[in-house]
Amino acid sequence: MENRLQRLFVEKQQGLLSVYFTAGFPNLNDTVPIILELERNGVEMIEVGMPFSDPLADGPTIQHSSELALRNGMTIPKLFEQLKGIREQTQIPLVLMGYLNPVMQYGVERFCQKCQEIGIDGIILPDLPLAEYVEEYKEIFEANCLSKVFLVTPQTPEQRIREIDSHSNAFVYMVSSASTTGGTNNKGVENTEYFQRVKAMGLKNPAIIGFGIHNNETFAQACNHASGAIIGSAFIKALEKEGSLTENIQSFIQSIRNQP
Amino acid sequence: MSYNVNEKGFYGKFGGAYIPEMLFPNVEELRQNYLQIMQEPEFQEELQGLLRDYVGRPTPLYFAKRLSEKYNTKIYLKREDLNHTGAHKINNTVGQVLLAKRLGKTRIIAETGAGQHGVATATVCALMGLECIVYMGAIDIERQAPNVARMKMLGAKVVAATSGSKTLKDATNEAIRDWISNPLDTYYIIGSVVGPHPYPDMVARFQAIISEEIKWQLQEKEGRQNPDYVVACVGGGSNAAGAFYHYLDVPEVKLVAVEAAGLGIDSGESAATSVLGKIGVIHGSRTLLMQTEDGQVTEPYSISAGLDYPGVGPLHAHLYDSKRAIFESVTDDEALQAVLELTRLEGIIPALESAHALAAIHRIGAKPDDIVVLNLSGRGDKDLTTYLNRFDLNGK
Ligand SMILES: Cc1ncc(COP(=O)(O)O)c(C=O)c1O
Repeated sequence: MENRLQRLFVEKQQGLLSVYFTAGFPNLNDTVPIILELERNGVEMIEVGMPFSDPLADGPTIQHSSELALRNGMTIPKLFEQLKGIREQTQIPLVLMGYLNPVMQYGVERFCQKCQEIGIDGIILPDLPLAEYVEEYKEIFEANCLSKVFLVTPQTPEQRIREIDSHSNAFVYMVSSASTTGGTNNKGVENTEYFQRVKAMGLKNPAIIGFGIHNNETFAQACNHASGAIIGSAFIKALEKEGSLTENIQSFIQSIRNQP
Repeated sequence: MSYNVNEKGFYGKFGGAYIPEMLFPNVEELRQNYLQIMQEPEFQEELQGLLRDYVGRPTPLYFAKRLSEKYNTKIYLKREDLNHTGAHKINNTVGQVLLAKRLGKTRIIAETGAGQHGVATATVCALMGLECIVYMGAIDIERQAPNVARMKMLGAKVVAATSGSKTLKDATNEAIRDWISNPLDTYYIIGSVVGPHPYPDMVARFQAIISEEIKWQLQEKEGRQNPDYVVACVGGGSNAAGAFYHYLDVPEVKLVAVEAAGLGIDSGESAATSVLGKIGVIHGSRTLLMQTEDGQVTEPYSISAGLDYPGVGPLHAHLYDSKRAIFESVTDDEALQAVLELTRLEGIIPALESAHALAAIHRIGAKPDDIVVLNLSGRGDKDLTTYLNRFDLNGK
């Protein structure tokens, strides 16, 4: 059976805007209001971050939102409680993103079943090795209609990109440059050689570019090279501005969609 | 039962390489090359030469007569404190820096807790003319100030880790983030038997020189290669891994790993991972980990910066799980008492980390004829401020 993520890519292959935020930030119960507001503003897909105490692949912004979210009391059971019933309110594709340890403690199978019950479509766990996923968890994910999304980077060898593509069934997450989230190198989407190289490989999955996309210009550049882009740190910063959630989300999404 | 890493990088159910894709090419390059490079005759020649002439190996195996009398057993101290830079850490940094050079890397990063690994890394980088950046928790920068000064003197850049508990765990996070952002020219010298495979195995092999020497030294002194006990402190577990290595498959040698209990196991301020941890993933390795029910890493505590870590190397998790090693834990106060005792009985001021191993001697049940080898992992120069304050010696 197709999930919402897979259906999205059948319907639309260009200019997809995906937004990441950390569940439980800025306030514990903002999760559902943020999802609904993002959908109202025309975002095509949402990644909900499950905060972790030691987020190795994240830059300062998401480290900070994770720390606050944990302090606010966010946990996986709490997140599931908040998301229960979300499918009566929206059909936007939802991806959960986090680190392996909290999911492992919850129980991978139990986690996947719960995701299916709620209507989650995809999972990103950057520190779950591809080989272990294939050997131990792939069947469980597929049985629960969950797409496991993997990252590739400018340094990922071609053969491994093909392997990742073959085990993916939604999209390939192209990390824009060697960096943690937020784009510490300020290189944004400069590495055209890499984007073109991956494009020329003719992968079966569409690619979405993330890390360091922060304004309409970098979003437009990313869309030139791939089916769309993911914005995380820049959105989290926007949530911290003065003003209501609604205002902040509206003006941020508008600023991204405007032609540069 | 095997205590060696298998080809997937596991010791029993512990180990592996749980890393984000950004680190995969570098870790994979290392995995494919480390054994081959370490076996090359030119590599070994260069390494052994440096260990002998630069580090000062072999380190003595010293019969501690007065300490032995006090505990009514035969205690030998393996004097890793007499290495250049003052701890066992340099055995590993000399090895890894040679490896990094062979892999063509020009920029070296490291994490450090007590600062001993940072100093040992800064030292070999000065020796090789390589750029060196050391990540250190903000709290550790304060409590191990002499080592910060040494690193700066050696030309390293010391970067404060200000997240989380601001100690070793957080310094390691920052080092990993640096490596993610600098994948081409940078090599990460991990300081203990932690991290993704192949690091635990590689670091254990570089530290294995400790037990290699103990074997022939004990043969010379006692006419036997095998002691009854080997005792070592465990932070991540590198000095213990080195002291245990050649005895892992000799069941009659009892291995004792000593963790830091901080203010006490049940105080909420502790770093005794084997008691307080359960299986989890930290810094790329599946191992025992102090964590909440929800899988968030717990902030550990110990007076000793080198033992103040919420995990333990996967080899040690396996030694604990398989009961091959006996795990003990020692509080801040017990360790401090052991510092004073060794200082006054033998004229040796130990590091706080090593003092944890000393404080466990009376618990292991050694008989008068038993031979106990205690790995004295480092010297106490870096801890003098703590000692002066705690022992109230300032005014005297
Ligand atoms: C003297 C000394 N001993 C022991 C340790 C703990 O590390 P490990 O458990 O890897 O030997 C340290 C770490 O900083 C140290 O400086």
